Formats: sequence, structure tokens, C-alpha cells
Amino acid sequence: MAQEKQPQRKKIEATGQMMKIMSDYFYDLNDAAKAPDRKVAWCTSVGPAELLRAMGFAVHFPENHAAMLGATRMATELIPEATTIGYSPDICSYLTADIGAYLKGVSPLAKAYPGIEAPPRPDILVYNTNQCRDVQDWFSWYAKELDVPCIGITSPKNFTNVTDILIDDVTRQIEALIPTLEKISGQPLELQRLRETVALSRECTELWRQVLETAAASPAPLTFFDGTIHMGPAVVLRGTRQAVDYYQQLLTELTQRMTDKVGAVDSEKHRIYWEGMPVWGRLRQHSELFAELQASVLVSTYCSSWIFPDFDAKDPIRSMAKAYLGLFIVRSDSYKEEYIKEMLRKFHIDGIIYHDAKTCPCNSNSRYGMPQRLEKETGIPSQVISGDLNDLRCVSDEQTRTNVEAFIEQLEERR
Amino acid sequence: MTEPVYVGLDMGASRTKVAVIDRHGVLIGHAVKKSGIDFAATATFCLDASLEMAGVNRDDISDAVATGYGRNNVAFVTEKSKTEIGCHAKGCHYSFAGEITIIDIGGQDNKIIKLDAEGRRDSFKMNRKCAAGTGAFLEEMSSRLDIPLDEMNNLARQATEMIKLGSYCTVFSATEVLENIRHGKPVADIIKGIFYSMIQRVLEMDSLTEKVVLSGGVVAHNPYLVEMAAELIGRPVLIPEFPQFTGAHGAALYALDAVTNTGEDSKKL
Ligand code: SF4
Repeated sequence: MAQEKQPQRKKIEATGQMMKIMSDYFYDLNDAAKAPDRKVAWCTSVGPAELLRAMGFAVHFPENHAAMLGATRMATELIPEATTIGYSPDICSYLTADIGAYLKGVSPLAKAYPGIEAPPRPDILVYNTNQCRDVQDWFSWYAKELDVPCIGITSPKNFTNVTDILIDDVTRQIEALIPTLEKISGQPLELQRLRETVALSRECTELWRQVLETAAASPAPLTFFDGTIHMGPAVVLRGTRQAVDYYQQLLTELTQRMTDKVGAVDSEKHRIYWEGMPVWGRLRQHSELFAELQASVLVSTYCSSWIFPDFDAKDPIRSMAKAYLGLFIVRSDSYKEEYIKEMLRKFHIDGIIYHDAKTCPCNSNSRYGMPQRLEKETGIPSQVISGDLNDLRCVSDEQTRTNVEAFIEQLEERR
Repeated sequence: MTEPVYVGLDMGASRTKVAVIDRHGVLIGHAVKKSGIDFAATATFCLDASLEMAGVNRDDISDAVATGYGRNNVAFVTEKSKTEIGCHAKGCHYSFAGEITIIDIGGQDNKIIKLDAEGRRDSFKMNRKCAAGTGAFLEEMSSRLDIPLDEMNNLARQATEMIKLGSYCTVFSATEVLENIRHGKPVADIIKGIFYSMIQRVLEMDSLTEKVVLSGGVVAHNPYLVEMAAELIGRPVLIPEFPQFTGAHGAALYALDAVTNTGEDSKKL
């Protein structure tokens, strides 16, 4: 492939507004940690954030902080700090980077937001193991270190259908969290407030779905790489008005792009599905690499994981259980394959890239024969690239480039 | 006036290969050298040597394409590049028509590429970021044992048994080799195990189709490895005439295609 082409990517105008609401969010968290009358909870990305928000907690998401460590390329230097206290470089590099940052006393928040020194000190840690066991280990370490309670949901795993038995189980586990949370927050759970929060979460994720689905248009107005940035509010501000307002604005911009037939990548020729996590420290390079090749990586499992159609204000706790169980990562391969097949169809995909992330087996779906099975069934070719979400020692830029270029060459040959 | 020629430069991480072909695609000149630290100087050396072998000079070059790890470092020759996957596929398809699986074993990486009957790629796989199954593994073992590679090939043939190595890792494998030497195991049997471990790592990367082509510098210089591969696969394997030059040859064929397709002689130099 000729290298002289300049990458052509379109900037999203709403980015400024997103930066603002993210900044407000981080300052509010920082204030909450200092205010004697406010409480801070740490929560996993698909943990019971709705419950925590409804009970007045300011909610911090360590995974978001860890992704920032990755995106700012601080992670690789910090992971060894966690290794020295016994956390293997083979386990979740969100965990190792985040604990490493704590041990070293550094944070990307300090650079981005003057006046903030570190993530807010928690009053309680709340996990859901629906994504992996590492989150429980991660939070447990902080629980000991900071001497704060750590509670959570131990999720069923690898099921195909979200059955009533599973929903009953998780519903009861969520309910069991309430007394401890009430004790720490000092206030009882108000059901009406929970309903409102769940309604806002539903609205937020519905808008996020519509945002992502604009990429079904040809050319696609946004890419996976844009998505990883713009999903910030859907992750950390789920259940708030700000997130809803933001996605309305973003959706308007992208709908206009669709009408004007403006693609995120100039002269889009190949439509690619991304399966797996982003390589946070290489977002820009990867985005440019595909754009150079006129390939639009326009949809992903990862960004789409923050769509929760099951939230229902009428039955808040049970619908939360259903939503947390509905998550892609916690399902069986047969469910995952049906899901991906539907996405390939809906978004008119020409090829799939699987990112095999060294330290996150749960998000690396290329390890149990899925690429081969899906390729056989759909005829859509795929390519696995080895890398990692945060640990750049596991990333070979040259190998990635060669793999991606050769894959696009292969798609060209087949056109 | 001499006929125009087409050049392929394969800038590998360990060796640089240049191929010169005529307008029928026939390889008429080639040269190889360790890539070293100055890619440009190595490319220049190989280019001039292969042109000399072909009996032409730089003015006769109609077009050139670069491939390999350093493909973007030879802009003074050409800005056109193709991946090594594409070039190996093209080079092997030129030698062997029909549906084939190519196993390319290079100094730093290896690949398995599957082609359909028209020479289009069905799939390809590259090794993970690991020396297992690459030339680097053999070189490391050769230096640990202090036995040159060609001698290792001869010794392996004299083995009466094979001592299998249990590990993926080059460092662990080296320790295992030393352990076996300490226990007085015959060196020939150990070396056979080294070759076995190497080819096994490559074969487990993907399934194979009926016709298997072996290419790459490691294949060119280790005839024993080829014999063992055929034995493990259970049928004879195909080897291009110049296995080390399939990538460079493929790149040159792309250069020829570009001129044939556009009808233009781009005179890049
Ligand atoms: S899902 Fe993967 S990246 Fe996320 S916390 Fe678990 S191991 Fe880490």
C-alpha cells in the first residue's frame, strides 16, 4: 500500500461540549470527596451505578481512570509498580495500571484538570463481576489499602439466554447491597428517585444506540475510534440529565452528516467491524492507519456494550438486573456470534478485526474459534491483531500495520 | 537498447533481498545481504548487485515496488509498497498455480497464507510477537551450542532419536537444551528436537490445504527443516526455485503489473 496518502478524518464538533461535561463531572467528584456531607462510591463500568446515583453517591469509575492512563500512555510505565507487589503483568492491565498509578501517586486527571490531584477517595467500593473477576480483585485491593467496605454482585457467566432464574439471582444480589449503601450514605433509598435515575439511564443508552447506528449509513459518519472517546458520558454519566442532553446534541450533528453524506473517513471503501477493546495508547495511530487505507472501522462490540434496552423505570431493580445480565461480555459464544452476525448485516460489514488483548481474555473473543466459525458462516473475512488495551509492551506497531495493510489488500482483491 | 526490467525490494528485519525480473516475470537477477542498521546502503548494494547479475543498469528499471519491514525506508528507489503477505502470495502463485498454502519462515517472523486457485488470498496468519518458530530461534540455538547452522542441518540427519523440547519460549528452550547436554544426551538428537520444535510452532498456527509451499530465508538455508516439515505434514512440500526471494520476486511482479495495467513506464529512478 502506498504510504504517501495523508489520513483523512473528520472532527466531531460536539467534542467541545463533551469535554466540558466530562470536566464538570471530574470536578464534581473531586468536590464530593472533600465535602463532609457527600459520599463517593467507586463502581465497575456495568455495576449498579443507577442505585448509587439514586442514593446520592458521587460515582467514580476506576476503569475510566485506567483507560485514561492508557490513552495518555502513562500505563506502561506504571504497570511494573503493581507487578512488584505481586500482580502479574499477564492480568488486567487496567488493574495493574490503576494500582500502579496509586502506588506512584500519579494520575492523568492531575494533568488534564488543574486542581485535581488524584481520583476521589471512596467511601465504598461496589463491583459487578459480569465482565470479569479482575474487577473484584482490583476493588478488594483498594478496600484493604483504604480501609473502606467493598461489596458487589457475583454475576452468572457464559449463559445464552437471560432467564428468570438468573434475573432473580441478580435482583436479590442488588437488593442485598441496599442496607450497606443506606448505612454509608446516611439516607434510605427512595424508590421514586431510583425510577427517575433508571429512566435517565434508559434514555441515555437509547440515544447512544441511535448515535452508533448512524454508522449504518454509507459513508459512516463516525468511527469506532470516535466512539471510544464519545462513549465517556455513557459510561460515567449514565443516569444523569447531562449525558442525555449531550447525546441529543451529538445525534443531531451525526444525523446532519448522514443527510449531507459526510463520512468520518474520506472516500470510504471498506467497512470494518472491530471486535475487542481499543488499544488506548494507539487510538490516533490506528484511526489514521485505517483512514489511510480508506477503511472505516465503523462499529464495534465494545462501544455497543453500553446500550441497555432493558432498563425500565416501572420495575427499576429487576430491570437493572436484566440490563447487567444482558451485557455481551457475560454471554456464551453462541449468543455472541448471533449478536455479531446481526451487526455485520445491519452495518454492511466487509471485514472484521479481532483485537486479541493480552491481558483481557474476557474481551478477546478470538481465542475459542469464533473468527473461524463466523467466517465460515458469513463468508466475511477476519483478521486477528495481537496487542493490549493498556500495556504497550504487548503491542508491535509494525506487526499491526502489516496485518492491517495486508488485510485491506485482501479485501481489495476480493472486491 | 536493453529490455526494461522490474524490481522488487524485500526489506526484511534480518535480510534485505532484491529481485530483478524481465517483462515475462522471470527472475534474472537477485542479491541478498544482512539488513544491518543502514537500510538505504544495504538496499543500494543489493539493487546494484542484482542489476549487474541481470546485465542491466538503473536506467533500465521500468518500475519498482518495496515490501518487508523496511518498505517505507527506500523512498529513494520507490514509494510504492505492498505488504510482505501480498508479495509472498504473488511470488509463490507465480511458481505454483492453483490453490496453495504458503508457509513462509523468515528471520523474525513467519506467516501462513492461503490462496485460492486464482491466487487471491483467502486468509493469512502471522506469528504472535514471539521468536518461537522463527529464524531467530534457530540462530539463538546455534549460538548457544556454538554450532553453525549448516552443521546443525548435517548433525540432525545423524540423529538416532529425537529429544523434544517442551517449551514455547526461546530462553526456556535454551535452558532445556543445556540441561540435556549436561545429562549427556547426544547432540544430534537434541538438534533434531530443535528443528522439530521450530517447525511444530509454525504448523500449529493454521490448518493446511493440499498443496503446501515453503518459502523464506530459513527454508533456503535449512534443507533439513524442509525434510522434517514434509514428514510432519505427511506429503511432499513444494519449494520455489529461490525460496529466499519469493517476497522480492512478488514485489517485482507487482511492479510489472502496475506497468502492464496502466501501460505506463513510470521510471521511478
Ligand atoms: S474486562 Fe478486561 S479490561 Fe475490563 S476490568 Fe476485566 S480484565 Fe480488565
